[in-house]
Amino acid sequence: MSINRRQFLRRAGMVAALGLGGSFIVTGFRGKKVEAASEYQTGQQGLKAKHWAMVVDMSKFKTEDDFNRVKEVCHSIHNVPDFGNPKDEIKWIWKDDYEHTFTGQQNKYLEEHLIDAPFMVLCNHCENPPCVKACPTQATFKRPDGIVAMDFHRCIGCRFCMAACPFGARSFNFRDPRPFIKEIQPDFPTRTKGVVEKCNFCVERLAEGLMPACVENSKGGLIFGDLDDPNSEVREIIGTKFTIRRKPELGTQPSVYYLVGGDEHA
Amino acid sequence: MYKGGKIIVSLIIFVAFLSFPFFYNMGKANAGPDVDLNTPAIQQLTDKQCVESPEFMRANHMQLLNQWREESVRNGQTVYINSQGKPFEISLQDTCLKCHSTEAEKAAQTGGVSNPATNVAPAFCASCHNYSAVEVTCWSCHFEPKEATK
Repeated sequence: MSINRRQFLRRAGMVAALGLGGSFIVTGFRGKKVEAASEYQTGQQGLKAKHWAMVVDMSKFKTEDDFNRVKEVCHSIHNVPDFGNPKDEIKWIWKDDYEHTFTGQQNKYLEEHLIDAPFMVLCNHCENPPCVKACPTQATFKRPDGIVAMDFHRCIGCRFCMAACPFGARSFNFRDPRPFIKEIQPDFPTRTKGVVEKCNFCVERLAEGLMPACVENSKGGLIFGDLDDPNSEVREIIGTKFTIRRKPELGTQPSVYYLVGGDEHA
Repeated sequence: MYKGGKIIVSLIIFVAFLSFPFFYNMGKANAGPDVDLNTPAIQQLTDKQCVESPEFMRANHMQLLNQWREESVRNGQTVYINSQGKPFEISLQDTCLKCHSTEAEKAAQTGGVSNPATNVAPAFCASCHNYSAVEVTCWSCHFEPKEATK
């Protein structure tokens, strides 16, 4: 028996229709219940803002302990490993000198307290974050409240964001971080090898209604609040005192402001 | 066929060898995974149900976990309202493992000690996942809770 082209096409079409229809009936019977009748809500006790921002009052950062206390608490609650060498170093908040913090404002005859003083630096949570633009998987994204957050699940470790960030705020896990965490804090996940990490303005604490850990442990040196709220403390300081930001000429609009007057809330 | 007999005999041996596991296991009952739901936290529950019905969880827990992850990490939605209108905090460590971890696991996970070998799945997850040889990577970052029954 031989069939011609027309018969062949007709039969092939019928078989294909049967196959497609059959698979639909089977899945229809099984009933994919992924979309269960359920919804999601934000937690009631969480702190909310339109634009979280931070003021670093440099008059409160005098001694080595002022810096270390803040750094220690951040790195311990977020399971930040200590590899013991600068090449692999992971840092969320750290100190750097004036020259490297405010690169555009080099003036070697500046006031001594500025030029010699180290500065507390961290992710600036820019309004125009270049890291977010660079990320090919949207693992780094900007939340509606202004925080530049990371979804570690999605990070593929390409490190484009590290190249894009003008502040060096991002670190890469070149090695498995787990054996290098001094004391594991089970409330926060660790990272794995091949993942970038950075400061997250303590989103997990804000969701529980707590201020960021560094702010709580800074003894007033770090002031945190909603920049869009005209009555907030950060807005009051930025509106009345002279503050500077890191590399404003790049147009990333950092949300971390430095109060450098030297006096009490100068 | 050139050397037909040898080829056919070899083919029969080959097919017999390939299908050996199938015939060897034929008729034997499949034991299935041994899932232990008998943890103290579950026994204390009056309404012994997970965040959704057991049928739903069995079929769709992976999609639900993915949805939870998206909502919590990316959209800041930290509360899940289930189909019966009951709210749950979205947390792998504080919600899922509050029930699904054994006493021994809680004792082993006291925290404080940095142990790279802690990325073993809890027995509840492992019982099915080992059975079906589906590896989960949750535990290379997430921990079992230090104190599950708070």
